[in-house]
Amino acid sequence: MSKSSNHSKPSIEDNASTYSTLVQGYEVVIGFETHAQLLTNSKIFSRASTHFGAQANTQACAVDLALPGALPVMNMKAVECAIRLGLALGSHISQRSIFARKNYFYPDLPKGYQISQFEIPVVQGGEVSFFLGDTQKSVRLVRAHLEEDAGKSLHEDFVGLSGIDLNRAGTPLLEIVTEPDMRSSQEAVAYAKELHKIVTWIQVCDGNMQEGSFRCDANVSVRKPGQPLGTRREIKNLNSFKFMQQAIDFEVRWQIEQIEDGKTIEQATVLFDPDTGETRSMRSKEDAADYRYFPDPDLPPLEISSEWIDQVRATMPELPRAMADRFVTDYSLPVYDASTLTQSSHMAAYFEETVSHCGQAKLASNWVMGELSRKLNEENIDIQDSPVSSTMLGTLISRISSGDISNNSAKTLLDSLWSSPDSDIDQLIQSKGLKQVNDIGALESLVDTVIATNADNVAQYKAGKEKAFNALIGQAMKASKGQANPQQLTELLKKKLQ
Amino acid sequence: MSFIHDLSVTEMAHALKTKTIGAVEVAEHFLNRVEHEKLGAFLSHNREITLKFARNSQIKLDSNNGGPLEGVPIAHKDVFVTKDFPSTAGSKILEGYMSSFDATVVQRLADAGCINLGKLNCDEFAMGSSNENSAYGSVLNPWDTSKVPGGSSGGSAAAVGSRLIPAATGTDTGGSIRQPASFCGVTGIKPTYGRISRYGMIAYASSLDQAGPMAKSAQDCALLLSAMCASDLDRDSTSLDIAQEDFTNHLNSSIKGLRIGIPEEFFGDGLDTDVRAAIDDAIEVLKELGAEFVRISLPKTELSIPVYYIIAPAEASSNLSRFDGVRYGFRAKEYTDLIDMYKKTRSQGFGEEVKKRIMTGAYVLSHGYYDAYYLQAQKIRRMIAEDFKVAFMKCDLILGPVAPTPAWGLKEKVSDPLSSYLADIFTLPASLAGLPAMSVPCGMSLNSKPLPIGMQLIGNYLQESKLLNVAHMFQSHTQWHTMIPTESMIETKTGDAQ
Repeated sequence: MSKSSNHSKPSIEDNASTYSTLVQGYEVVIGFETHAQLLTNSKIFSRASTHFGAQANTQACAVDLALPGALPVMNMKAVECAIRLGLALGSHISQRSIFARKNYFYPDLPKGYQISQFEIPVVQGGEVSFFLGDTQKSVRLVRAHLEEDAGKSLHEDFVGLSGIDLNRAGTPLLEIVTEPDMRSSQEAVAYAKELHKIVTWIQVCDGNMQEGSFRCDANVSVRKPGQPLGTRREIKNLNSFKFMQQAIDFEVRWQIEQIEDGKTIEQATVLFDPDTGETRSMRSKEDAADYRYFPDPDLPPLEISSEWIDQVRATMPELPRAMADRFVTDYSLPVYDASTLTQSSHMAAYFEETVSHCGQAKLASNWVMGELSRKLNEENIDIQDSPVSSTMLGTLISRISSGDISNNSAKTLLDSLWSSPDSDIDQLIQSKGLKQVNDIGALESLVDTVIATNADNVAQYKAGKEKAFNALIGQAMKASKGQANPQQLTELLKKKLQ
Repeated sequence: MSFIHDLSVTEMAHALKTKTIGAVEVAEHFLNRVEHEKLGAFLSHNREITLKFARNSQIKLDSNNGGPLEGVPIAHKDVFVTKDFPSTAGSKILEGYMSSFDATVVQRLADAGCINLGKLNCDEFAMGSSNENSAYGSVLNPWDTSKVPGGSSGGSAAAVGSRLIPAATGTDTGGSIRQPASFCGVTGIKPTYGRISRYGMIAYASSLDQAGPMAKSAQDCALLLSAMCASDLDRDSTSLDIAQEDFTNHLNSSIKGLRIGIPEEFFGDGLDTDVRAAIDDAIEVLKELGAEFVRISLPKTELSIPVYYIIAPAEASSNLSRFDGVRYGFRAKEYTDLIDMYKKTRSQGFGEEVKKRIMTGAYVLSHGYYDAYYLQAQKIRRMIAEDFKVAFMKCDLILGPVAPTPAWGLKEKVSDPLSSYLADIFTLPASLAGLPAMSVPCGMSLNSKPLPIGMQLIGNYLQESKLLNVAHMFQSHTQWHTMIPTESMIETKTGDAQ
């Protein structure tokens, strides 16, 4: 997919990030580990609900509470999510993968171990491609594995004590791990956004970052170009794109400062504090636990048949990049439009429905990306909840293309429809008097009147002053109370003045 | 008619169905025995609850729609969780713990009509072969109260051996059904791994743990096993997906021409002369019944000891992590912080043998040792299973001793754990291979007081019927299984004089 030239030029900033990633002469190296919470109704190894926000410990059954005698049973829906992700990212899906126990003590980890995948993960390899400015980037994946989430420790509501909420314990996660392929914070954020788009698009994750459904850890190191990889520090739990960039930028500056001061970087896990904008060390490598991984004897190896993979493949939606390509070919849209419209499956679907009603792809694209998106953003409404349906917008666009109403009138109409979506568009056009005058006879007499009453401008135009023509058009539009079709008016006036 | 407690499960179920005796009468008879037992076999019983079950059973019997075992009392090893009785696994860390659910085994036997008499003593978390590792005291061998009953299902074996109860459940990880059955003169079977659901069995070593019945005869075991076995894939992923089976169907089939393998490794120098003589006599009996004997070899037999004592502790170290004082069970009274709470709770809550195995397990799983110990042990485990595969090409089942000696003295091996580990040598191979195996009384050691000796039958996968067939045919021609200790194990100060 090549970038078309008919949209605004990349900004200077974009250029900088695209063509020179060095910071003070250092190359930045970033790898990601992302935890995507899977859209299953029940937990990965139990039947308890995964619904967010319930009262503490009401969604934890014997398995989640690690009661004596309770055993895990695989939720096949979670496996299907893993298969979907693997298919979307061009990964290898292991026909046989192994669950392992990661052993450590913590109050919100009821069994004293987390069930995860260690040596043989379900999804292996693959890549995420995206545009950074004008440049196409590709980040290689190492793996994606299934695992269970831990519960939550609540330190705030209890004086001198900690509370434990095990509602989240056992929630299914896919941990998606990349190679250290990113070279700037902008690239890292672009990767995270693209991954976020994909997991929500294929409906394996709701992508809600505030609720922790999509959490990123960034492994960051710096080096002089050509040198071996520097020591990395891992920034944990970046749960907004804004913090992600701030945290990485701070971390990069900090690491360079350390090196410039002659110090060495120690491998560590750090947390980002959004209040100070700084990262601080949580634990160093020396504190790293020995997790004593071993295959979980309660769970047989996970077998995925090629028939199952084929079944899942048949239910896969068209992926955003393929859809964007199709928009360019089928609708002759600029690449910029195609990629914007495919930012979410809902937006893409809305656009396509609109086109199917009006047959005007570029107009529909302009309206969906422009006026509609602006209004939705203003009121913080998702496109699938838009008060103006794609059918209504399609009708509106049809009225523009047929010349019945002007673009400006359509904007007025959109406002009216926004507040009263049950209205009939054509009745609104009538009642608001927004119908353009297309009647040639009426226009001719109007033009004749304007020519007759504006002799000065006519003379100036005939003497070669183009500006005078605009004044005449303005007069004519005024006389039509804005209802004349400007194109027809222009043609007519030019003809009469020849 | 004989005493109620002399009836077999088969006879008792029949007498209850034909209303020769009543369920409440039966329950009261056994409650009187249980409440006054002197062996330390029971950890909990409750007259009120048991009688409530018995009255419900009688209602079903009266309307002729009871289960196959309606009204037959049974007691459960304390590693099965029960809603109505505390479930401690013989550990202080679970003192007074009440489960919110019944183990599948408990549920299935109740569904078949069994009346729960209470919970039976065992080695803490089933770790041991003398029942001396229980936090609630040793169990005495009913044949000689200066001897151990074997373990870990020592309470089950002693209670059935002394006819305190008609039958019990046990669990077998490395011989914990077979060895105490042998020491107490009862019949017990450990089915193929996966035959019986592990749901609700407090886990010791998940890849080895398997439940089974312990009773007076192979026929009773067959009846109980039929009720206990069923696929439970919704709750136990290691449960086998196979149809239910009536194990009483082939009890009386002829064993003429059956090829029985005698592994040379089971008859080495360490074998007690009385045990060897008893096994030789049993072989003669089976020869008369038409069985053919072939010499076989299980060359990795000796290695099963180190392999077992690596794999079982490794799994145990992880399985027992949930006993952390956070959610249920024992928590140390005083502690300074979280880590201190963990340390004190687990130091005070677990017994010596359990702590020893947790430490061994953590060690063999730790970074740098995993490959040399755990992985190596898994490799040899597969070779042990391969030995059996080769052996079963030459024979239909395998016969040998259960243990090298009859029951040893109380405290005799407490200071020498290695010698009790070595005593597991004949039961470990079948456990590691996941094969069905049983213990059948076949003789007596005639030192000061007579002590029972058991022979072990090991079958190929899912060949429980064949084992029970051979055992039943043997018991139809011998009386060893009907022998009972002469000394009463019931306090006689109550009115109940039996």
